Amino acid sequence: MRDVAVVGFAQRQMENFDGSPTCVEMLVPLLAECYEQTGWTRRDVGFWCSGSSDYLAGRSFSFVQAVDAIGVIPPVNESHVEMDLAWAMYEAWIKIQTGEVDTALVYAFGKSSAGVLRRTLSLQLDPYTMTPLWPDTVSLAGLQARVGLDAGLWDERAMAEVVNRSLTDAEKNEYAVRRGGSSVEELLARPMYADPLRKHDCAPVTDGAAAIVLAAGDRARDVRDRPAWISGLSHHIDPMSMGTRDLTRSPSAARSAASVDLSGVEVAELHAPFSHQELVLRRELGLGDDVAINPSGGALASNPMFSAGGIRIGEAAKKIWSGDASRTLGHATSGPALQQNLLCVLDATPGTDGA
Amino acid sequence: MAKQPAAVIGIGQTHHRAKRDDVSMAGLCREAMDRALEDAGLTLDEIDAIVVGKAPDLFEGVMMPELFLAESLGAAGKPLLRVHTAGSVGGSTAIVAASLVQSGVHKKVLTVAYEKQSESNAMWALSVPVPFNMPVHAGAGGYFAPHVRSYIRRSGAPEHIGAIVAAKDRNNALKNPYAHLHNEGTTVESVMASTMLWDPIRYDETCPSSDGACALVIASEDVAASSPNPAWIHGTVMRSEATTAAERDQVNPQASRDAAAALWKQAGITNPIEEIDMAEIYVPFSWFEPMWLESLGFAAPGEGWKLTESGATALGGKLPVNCSGGVLSSNPIGASGMLRFGEAALQVRGLAGEHQVEGAKKALGHAYGGGSQFFAMWVVGSEKPQG
Repeated sequence: MRDVAVVGFAQRQMENFDGSPTCVEMLVPLLAECYEQTGWTRRDVGFWCSGSSDYLAGRSFSFVQAVDAIGVIPPVNESHVEMDLAWAMYEAWIKIQTGEVDTALVYAFGKSSAGVLRRTLSLQLDPYTMTPLWPDTVSLAGLQARVGLDAGLWDERAMAEVVNRSLTDAEKNEYAVRRGGSSVEELLARPMYADPLRKHDCAPVTDGAAAIVLAAGDRARDVRDRPAWISGLSHHIDPMSMGTRDLTRSPSAARSAASVDLSGVEVAELHAPFSHQELVLRRELGLGDDVAINPSGGALASNPMFSAGGIRIGEAAKKIWSGDASRTLGHATSGPALQQNLLCVLDATPGTDGA
Repeated sequence: MAKQPAAVIGIGQTHHRAKRDDVSMAGLCREAMDRALEDAGLTLDEIDAIVVGKAPDLFEGVMMPELFLAESLGAAGKPLLRVHTAGSVGGSTAIVAASLVQSGVHKKVLTVAYEKQSESNAMWALSVPVPFNMPVHAGAGGYFAPHVRSYIRRSGAPEHIGAIVAAKDRNNALKNPYAHLHNEGTTVESVMASTMLWDPIRYDETCPSSDGACALVIASEDVAASSPNPAWIHGTVMRSEATTAAERDQVNPQASRDAAAALWKQAGITNPIEEIDMAEIYVPFSWFEPMWLESLGFAAPGEGWKLTESGATALGGKLPVNCSGGVLSSNPIGASGMLRFGEAALQVRGLAGEHQVEGAKKALGHAYGGGSQFFAMWVVGSEKPQG
C-alpha cells in the first residue's frame, strides 16, 4: 500500500444557504481554499471525485453543474458517487493506490433546507414495503433510541450528556449551526420532539459543502510538515430492513473497526446524527473513556447532508496537522439508523498499519 | 507504481425489455449477477466487495436504492460503493470495480449496473424544472441532433450513413438473445423511411428505453489464473469536461480525445484500427458511430463515415462495432455502459456466441454521458498485459 495523507480540508456549514438551490456555488471558494492550503493549481490534482444526491437537489444529474464549478477545460480525470464525501474520498484513495495518480481532490455538497429533509430521506427506504408508509428519519431514529432505552443499554441522561458535551464544544466551531451547552438537567427539562428524542438529540438540518485533498508520499510531505497519513480505511454496509436487524447494534461499524487499528486513537470524530447513535458507535468501536469524542461538536452541531461524514475526517486530520494528536479517527455513516459506516484512521507517522 | 493485474472472469446480463414486470429491482440485478457468478465459478459469499452503478435515482423513484438493495445484492457485511456519472456510469462503475482489484485492496469484486426505467418515467425524471436553469425540454435526441447536424456539415457525410449504422446494429441484435429489440428485416431503406424525430435523427436511429442489468466479476491475477478464459484489463480511463463553454467542440469533445489518447498509451496501442479487433461503442443515436470513430482515433477527422459506409464496422469487417446490437438495440441507461464493457470482454474470451468476432484478441469498451462530456473506456485482451 502507498502512504497517502489528508493534506487539505475546507468546509462551509450553515442553516440556510440562500445563494443557490444546490450549494454548488459554495464549491468555488472551497476549492480556492484547498489551492491556498496546498500551493497547488487545479492542474496539480490527478483525480477528482464528488459526492452528492439527486433527490436532495430535487433534480437529475445534480453533480454535472458541480463539474462546471471546478472549471474542467481542459478536461479532468473525474468520478462521482451518490454517497457522502467520505466515500468519494475512499474512491480517490483507491485511485491513488492503483498508482495511476498521486493526488486527488474530493468534494461534496447538499442543500438540505430546500425540502423537508426527514421526508425526503423516506425515499431512501424500501420502495415496495416501507416508503409507502412514509416513516421519516427522525421517527426511525426515535424507534432506535427507544429500543436501546427499553433494553437498558443507555438512558436519557446519557443521551443528554452527549448533547451537552457536543453543543459546548461547538461553541469553538465557527461552522456550527447549533451551539451552546447548558446542563444535563436543563436539557432533560426540554420538551419531547419525537419521543424519546428531544430536538437537541437530532442533528440540525444543515446546508453545506466540503472538500478534502489527498496526496501520496513526497507530494504530501511537500504540502505539510505533519500530513495526516491514512493508516486505516474501511467501510461496510448492513441490511436496511428495520425488522430484521438489532437496532441497538451496528455490525458494519464493528466490522470496519475490526479491519483497522484503533488502538491509541486520541480523538474520534464520529458521524452520529442522533445522540444515542454516538453511544452505539462508541460501543461498536470499543472506544475508551480517554478518547476525546467530537471536539468539533460533531453532527449534533451541524450535519450537512453528503459532506458531514467527510467533514469528520477533515476535522480529525486537523488534529494531526496541528500536533494536538498523533492518531485520530474520522467516521462517516449513511442510510437509516447507522446502516452503512466508514472508518478512517489518521496518523502523524506513515506506514503504521498499511491500511 | 504499476497497477496490479486484473481480469474479468464473469459476465452476466438480463434479457432487456421495455418493462420487466416479472422482477423487482433486486430481481433484475440478481438475474445479471447470478449469471456473472456462475460464469466466474464463484458464489456471492466469496465476493469481497460490491460496486453498484446506475443513472439518476429519479429514473426509478428511489433515493440511493443500493441501500435497500444491499441485502439482496449480497452486500450485507461487505463494502458497497455506488457510482453515478450520468450515461457513462456503467463504464465508470466497471472502472471503479477494476481499481479495487488493481489497487491490491480486493481480489474478487462484483459490480452490477442497472436501470429499471419502467418503475418511473424517464422523461419526467429529466424534466424537473430547476430554478435559475434554462430548461432544455428536448429530450436526449433533441439535445444531440444539432451535434449530428454539425458533424454532417463538417464532414460532408451523405445522409444515409446514420441509417447504415442503425440497420447494422439492429441486425446484429438478432444474433444476441439478450437484446431488447429484435426487429427482423431492418434495412437502410426501412430506416430511411421511418419517422423523422429530431432532424436528422429518425425513429429507427434512436435507442429504446429498457429495463435491464449487467454484472461483471473482476478478479486479481491469482484468482484469474483458475479461469479458462479471463479478459485481462489493459487500460482504463475516465475524463470529464464542462457542459457549457463557448470553446467546447461538442461534436468531437476534448475529453473524448484526451481519454482515447491516454487509453491507447496505457494499453500500448499505437495504431488503434490495426490493433483493436472489435469495439463496443456507446451509440444511442446512429450518427454517433462515425463521430466516435473519429474521436477515438480509428479514423481521421471527417473520415469516420467512410469507415461505416465501407462496411468496415459490420460483423466480419475490419473493425466490427457493436456486434451485440449496441445501445441502439438495448438501453437500460445505467447498465448500457457496462454492457459495452462486458460485451468487449465477452469477445476476447470467445464467448459472444452468434455475434462473436472470429479470433478477437483485443477489444474496446466505451461509454459517454451528460452533454457528451463524461467518458469512460477500457481495453480488454485475451492475453495478460506486458510488464
